[in-house]
Amino acid sequence: MSDEGARTGTAPAAAPVTPERQPPAADERSRVEQAARTAEPARSPLGRLLDSGAGRNLGLVAVLALLCVVGIVTADTFLTTSNLLTILTSASIIGVLTVGVTFVIIGGGIDLSVGKVMALASVWATTVATQSYGPLIMVLCALAVGTGAGLVNGLLIAYGRIVPFIVTLAMLITAQGLAERISGRRSQIVTDPVIAGIANTRVLGIPLLVYIFAAVVAVGWVVLNRTTFGRRTFAIGGNSEAARLAGVDVRRHTVLLYAVSGLCAGIAAIMIASLTTTGSSTHGTLYELDAIAAVIIGGTLLSGGRGTLIGSILGVLVFTTITNLFVLNNLATEVQNIAKGVIIVVAVLIQARAQRSSAAG
Amino acid sequence: MTATMAEEPLLTMRGIVKQFPGVRALDGVDLDVAAGEVHCLLGQNGAGKSTLIKVLAGAHRPDSGEIVWAGEPASFGSPHAADAAGIATIYQELDLVPGLSVAENVVLGHEPARLGFTRPRDAENVARALLRRLGHPEIPPGRELGRLSAAGQQMVSMARALARDARLIVMDEPSAVLDPEEVRNLFRVIRELTADGVAVVYISHRLEEIREIGDRVTVLKDGRTVARNLPARTTPTADVIRLMTGRTIEYVFPERPATPPGEVVLEVEGLARSGEFADVSFTVRAGEVVGLAGLVGSGRSEIIETVYGARKATAGSVRVRGKALRAGSVPAAVRAGMGLAPEERKSQGLLMAEPVYRNVSLPALARFARFGFLGRDAELGAAGAITAQLDVRPPDATRPVRTLSGGNQQKVVLARWLLQGCSVLLLDEPTRGVDVGARSEIYALIRRLSTEGAAIVLVSSEVPEVLGLADRVLVVREGRVVHEAPSAELDEGRVLDLVMEALVQSEKESAGHE
Repeated sequence: MSDEGARTGTAPAAAPVTPERQPPAADERSRVEQAARTAEPARSPLGRLLDSGAGRNLGLVAVLALLCVVGIVTADTFLTTSNLLTILTSASIIGVLTVGVTFVIIGGGIDLSVGKVMALASVWATTVATQSYGPLIMVLCALAVGTGAGLVNGLLIAYGRIVPFIVTLAMLITAQGLAERISGRRSQIVTDPVIAGIANTRVLGIPLLVYIFAAVVAVGWVVLNRTTFGRRTFAIGGNSEAARLAGVDVRRHTVLLYAVSGLCAGIAAIMIASLTTTGSSTHGTLYELDAIAAVIIGGTLLSGGRGTLIGSILGVLVFTTITNLFVLNNLATEVQNIAKGVIIVVAVLIQARAQRSSAAG
Repeated sequence: MTATMAEEPLLTMRGIVKQFPGVRALDGVDLDVAAGEVHCLLGQNGAGKSTLIKVLAGAHRPDSGEIVWAGEPASFGSPHAADAAGIATIYQELDLVPGLSVAENVVLGHEPARLGFTRPRDAENVARALLRRLGHPEIPPGRELGRLSAAGQQMVSMARALARDARLIVMDEPSAVLDPEEVRNLFRVIRELTADGVAVVYISHRLEEIREIGDRVTVLKDGRTVARNLPARTTPTADVIRLMTGRTIEYVFPERPATPPGEVVLEVEGLARSGEFADVSFTVRAGEVVGLAGLVGSGRSEIIETVYGARKATAGSVRVRGKALRAGSVPAAVRAGMGLAPEERKSQGLLMAEPVYRNVSLPALARFARFGFLGRDAELGAAGAITAQLDVRPPDATRPVRTLSGGNQQKVVLARWLLQGCSVLLLDEPTRGVDVGARSEIYALIRRLSTEGAAIVLVSSEVPEVLGLADRVLVVREGRVVHEAPSAELDEGRVLDLVMEALVQSEKESAGHE
């Protein structure tokens, strides 16, 4: 193929094509009936700022800063090292799940199963039998269970042509059942000192869980923004038919996306097993919704094709900071959920505005 | 059939222009409709029919132009305004609610009610009376709409139009979902409506229907009215098709170099897809352009999409340089050196929100990566160079593709395959929605690629384009290749005859009967 590339693909220096110039677009007509409904409205500077990924992230940073100010004003203990580390630690598990979910959503899908796949992996990795093989096997087991569940999701979606919502909902329910079945609905105590010790380990005063979280985010960011895999993820989410006709193996890529999400759930399973020193079918309940909410307020389009990992992580931090503020001020968790709900709606409203101001032609 | 035309036209549209970002969908459309007539609107896909009826229905507001409705200047700012004026539209995709009853659909939006409580009995009576008037008393008003046949649903849609006392009913390809018996009934209904003075704007691809039901014909091409108020029954078919497909402007096709084509690159043998086309065989040599000529629905797009693996062949084989390709695998075709510029640029070709360079590099991404990590500068540099070479305007490869004009978007698609370095290029309507200047550039580019040794398959509904660019032409009709000849031995008239042979024959037959 590179031969042919040299033949037809190289630029001949001579004889560039220069026919008569027409005023660009003045004469354009096309079959746009279906596509375009309204003319592009004038874009305000605000709209343009909100439109850019950086702008949306900037908005989230502002929200986060605002929350911090509220924290400093209302609670003396907010701005202490230990409290900030508490926020980061509690963000780490949801954060790892959110990385996987961000990939899936940018790729045009949805993964509802991450919370319960994490629970299943935590249970499978902490059975007496698994624990007897030592910490390395426990970790590999969790990663394999998570990735395996993701592969099943991906295969059913890509080759079984079932809607992602349904497949991953079914996986959520199945994983829950399987986890209950394996554990006999009991919390399995982590006896292995290495695994149990992860959550207590601190390096340079920062919990190891936070390092794991940071590492997953860093790897995720590089894969999403600097590799062919990431680029194809955006392409498939943006227009899967165009990606397919450009030669991208959309189905294989879809399988891999859900496997990535499953792998993240496996990593999170080890983290939660360590933090709680148990493997349990009750882990991760509704985590998938928190993860999806974080992705959405992070500015990723639920329809796919656009989004940032950093936005998702900021979304996670916003949620955990809110929780932290409520705890510090001894407020009821019910109110906390109301606040989260309001934030989701406001974020999506802003996003919809930004999208309209850059409406596709 | 009474062809009584009122002296005063019911609707007059003059110079309607509708601009969308980057494209001018309507570029000066004129239309006259008289009360009691069936006015047929003809045009190829993309000619602007749908935009025009959306302007009529109040869904689009025209940028300029004049609409006179019942003698008064009018502008339909919303679907509600058009509805209130008495214009009803029966869309191809019926806008009915399948879960509601027939009667509920008929009165939807205008439910008879007292103090906010609906009066289902009244609604059913209204629906029953209208369906009886339409000759379908057997449709029970209480039946759930989704359980009716397509024809039944269409009658409900029409009943809804009548419930609003529509004076003009627009029907967008109403016969597409109907069998011949149902079409006859539809025509009977249309005749009754026009006898009552209702005007009908009828859109269809089927010329024989237009002969049967139509009074006058307006032909659209490229967003313009190219012929207005032709007599529907007596205008020769060849003239109508020529108006739809012929050239509006003389294009200059680049000279064909006198170099003999090289070795056989693409071999298609006995290719078939059940229900779409059968037994298609042809070969393309390096440096050769093979054209597929045919009308919309003849199977030409299906054929090249199957060659490309985007549709899975049910029989036959595709070989590139002697190597058979796995059926139904686009990645295999791309690896073998094929590229496709698809018919629907927006939905099949481009990532509209992404920058130009990412659209260009998509198939060749691996080339700019080491262990999966992209070298962005190399990618942007290569894509930028190739788009600059094709004179993509504006010359900024980081702009989102959606901000480009149609012609420049098409150049981005071609740049993609140029960068990839294809030995086989499949071009499906490469100049659709492309302005005149960019057209000549694309013609020159196609010629250049072929002289550089690419094997090219070109699908186009514009016969002059096929003849001007292709070395050999395959004429496709009803999923079969009916003729193959060097383009030098063909002319426009001959190709048109072949393309519509069946139509011309049936016309001769009906002429014989009269």
